[in-house]
Amino acid sequence: MTKINLSRRGFIKVTGLAGGGLVLGFHWTGCTPVRPAEAAKVVLEPNAYIKILSDGMVTLMSPVPEIGQGIKTAIPMIVAEELDVSWDNVSVEQAPLAPDLYKRQSAGGSQAIRQLWTTVRTAGAAGRRMLMEAAAREWKVPIAELTTSEGVISHEKSGNSIGYGDIATKASDIEVPEEVTLKDPKDFKIIGTSPKNVDVNDIVEGKPLFGMDMKKEGTVIAMITHPPAFGMKPKSVDDSAARAIPGIKDVFTITTFPEDIETRWSGNNAFPELVVVTGESTWNVMKAKKALKIEWETVTPGENTEDHITEMENQISGKMTKPDRIDGDPEAAFKKAAKVIERTYSAPFLPHNTMEPMNFYANVTGDKIEFEGPTQTPQRLRDITAQIMGIPEENITVNILRAGGGFGRRLYGHYGVEAAMISKKINAPVQLIYTREDDMTQGTYRPDYRVRYKAGIDADNNLIALTVSGTGTNGGPVASNRFPAGAIDNYAAKNYRLKSNISTGAWRAPRSNFIAGAEQSFLDEVAEACGKDPMDFRMELFERAKNNPVGEKNDYDPDRFIALLNLIKEKCDWGNEGEGIHRGISAYYCHNSYIAQVIDVEMKDSKPVLKKAWCAVDCGIVISLDGAKNQVEGGIMDGIGHAMYGNITFNEGVIDQQNFDKYRLIRHGEGPETIETHFVDNGIDPTGLGEPAMPPVPGALANALYRATGKRLYHQPYILELGETEIKLG
Amino acid sequence: MTSISLKVNGKAYEIEAEDDIPLLWALRDHVGLVGTKYSCGIAQCGSCTVLVNGVATRSCVMPAKSLGDAEIITIEGLAENGGKSLQEAWVEHDTPQCGYCQAGQIISAAGLLKSNPNPTDDEIDTAMKGNVCRCGSYVRIKAAIKTAIKKGGVIA
Repeated sequence: MTKINLSRRGFIKVTGLAGGGLVLGFHWTGCTPVRPAEAAKVVLEPNAYIKILSDGMVTLMSPVPEIGQGIKTAIPMIVAEELDVSWDNVSVEQAPLAPDLYKRQSAGGSQAIRQLWTTVRTAGAAGRRMLMEAAAREWKVPIAELTTSEGVISHEKSGNSIGYGDIATKASDIEVPEEVTLKDPKDFKIIGTSPKNVDVNDIVEGKPLFGMDMKKEGTVIAMITHPPAFGMKPKSVDDSAARAIPGIKDVFTITTFPEDIETRWSGNNAFPELVVVTGESTWNVMKAKKALKIEWETVTPGENTEDHITEMENQISGKMTKPDRIDGDPEAAFKKAAKVIERTYSAPFLPHNTMEPMNFYANVTGDKIEFEGPTQTPQRLRDITAQIMGIPEENITVNILRAGGGFGRRLYGHYGVEAAMISKKINAPVQLIYTREDDMTQGTYRPDYRVRYKAGIDADNNLIALTVSGTGTNGGPVASNRFPAGAIDNYAAKNYRLKSNISTGAWRAPRSNFIAGAEQSFLDEVAEACGKDPMDFRMELFERAKNNPVGEKNDYDPDRFIALLNLIKEKCDWGNEGEGIHRGISAYYCHNSYIAQVIDVEMKDSKPVLKKAWCAVDCGIVISLDGAKNQVEGGIMDGIGHAMYGNITFNEGVIDQQNFDKYRLIRHGEGPETIETHFVDNGIDPTGLGEPAMPPVPGALANALYRATGKRLYHQPYILELGETEIKLG
Repeated sequence: MTSISLKVNGKAYEIEAEDDIPLLWALRDHVGLVGTKYSCGIAQCGSCTVLVNGVATRSCVMPAKSLGDAEIITIEGLAENGGKSLQEAWVEHDTPQCGYCQAGQIISAAGLLKSNPNPTDDEIDTAMKGNVCRCGSYVRIKAAIKTAIKKGGVIA
């Protein structure tokens, strides 16, 4: 058990009988408990996470934006665990932005569970403690003699028991406890189970959940048109044809980010000047947008994919000067090596392509703004809007809606700022909607990357030296202190960057989403050159890093890697894959979690078919077991799809792929038939899982495809290296 | 603007809209059913799929006025029109991640099972290929379809 001292900051003091009754629905699918016909009232709010209802039901607030990562289920599970209520008696609501009440309301970096773990456990435990104090006072017995289970407090000696809903009415004057005791993880009843995603019934019934679905009275539909190429801005607008379309209200230009405003990283985007069309309905506005005749002017030259490749190749092919990290003397080691292998890997720009395009609701009235919509960073949206529009932060509310995908795209709140500026201009509430084309061509893309690895192997087939030079648009992908740093005597790593006018940003597992696959493909080739089994070879390096590490700043725990490999080895029966099965392995650590994957490929009519993927995960304690598996399965599909087909190319600043007819996403039947996920059971405090399952995938895939086809894959999209001349739709 | 008649989930609607409005926007902006989703607008992702006389149809490119008295079933009306077992199977497998594409996925599956109550794995893949799930829930979608078939499939 862990004792936690409570600072009172961050917990609201009890307000008895706060709020009104709740409107309770029920679902025919029966997974959400059916509530009594009359609405129960909130009788106690021990803190911002918990509302106890008179009938003993509990409403738990979820502070973090839900983008498909399952956080709206997982965080309340943790609160419910420590509050000690039955999950069947819990309903969950999304909290609006309230940074004074919630520690962190951001969906990014796979950090929500890790950073909120103790906070939300404490919230649950504090609620339980307050109810117990009320019961102890009521029964005049020491609190130490009380126990709780599934929302009922019992006193064994007297035989008394009372439900949370009943005692809550008598707890309104109980102080927030100064200290609470957290459960011993071995007593967890909810954490580690597999409840359904709390919104699953609403999703399958098609209920309005997403920003695109919200219809508020008097809302005007708005769309933007941004320049057709990076480096351009609007010069003049002929809106006569657009205005002639029935239902069109207005056409105008806005400047969202004036040049004299210094915005922080998530605020800005590449197109501060936009042409806006507003109107009564979506279809009218879409038509008017197409009817605009806009003249554009060049501000900075448009860029080409080929030029990027040439420039990046120049950056990484020279002699490495001033490495970010150096151990030993790699150059000297290469000279005396029996074998030297040098390989280059690359990957293109990628769009996020959330299925729900960017959209946001804003209603500016005087010096107040009401926001509603899908965002990963509601607080940054509020801050940046306050800064740009000169509206006090406390006058800006943000209602967070379930997002139809995030993947990093909704970290960038410019579309919210755009909605607010449009609302201010037309003096009406606005729903800003991007078309798919707007979404794909105004991206904060995964940068294009290029990396060169060089390895030296001695006469005894030991890896004695490794260097890595990497670059990418607006920043390189190399994490110099991650594995294999620490496992090799002579090591050097260096990042370069390519300056560009193309906007790039965080895309699921930034940098790792490329470098993991490159590194794991390279190590596979090195293992082969050493004549070693790829699993044994990796294990040998982790053992080295464990027993005799090189350098001090090694950003991983070799013991956790070893346990991870042992788990996947056992589960996939490594070495006994069976006739006709070609196997690839990959393992990577990022976002505080460790992932190993094995992909099995079979050749069918001379074409590789993905049969099965195995995944071993060490993210510490698993909160929502089936939800965690779902994240892993999605990460594997995502990794395969983007490594095989994902490709954004530029021609003089214009994107060649503007919708799904030119951009291929992974589809049904193209991923592995089965995915089997296993978790390392080590009781370590939990870390995140939204991102880390994706990065190793391109490595396991390339390594399996090599064994199946005899061809090593170096450049994504792999489909072009496997003999296809163009990326046809699947 | 023109007057367009639609029959959605067994109910008749008369809407005033643009002559060329696609069914998707007629449903979302005029009928008021937003379960059918916009994502690509060019019939490449399947998020907007509805049943038109039992056939899975991309509503984003289907002119609303061309439908006459065709029976349109959207996700909101699927349960009472034979698709409840699919929705239950989707819940059983806890299929969605973000959930945005799932209405289209479920409707495409309903269209498949109406025309082919016992599809093979390859037939499922082929029928579902037009529906993209960016979160990659494909393994669960397929498992859910198979569960729904076991539990009685879709009643035509």
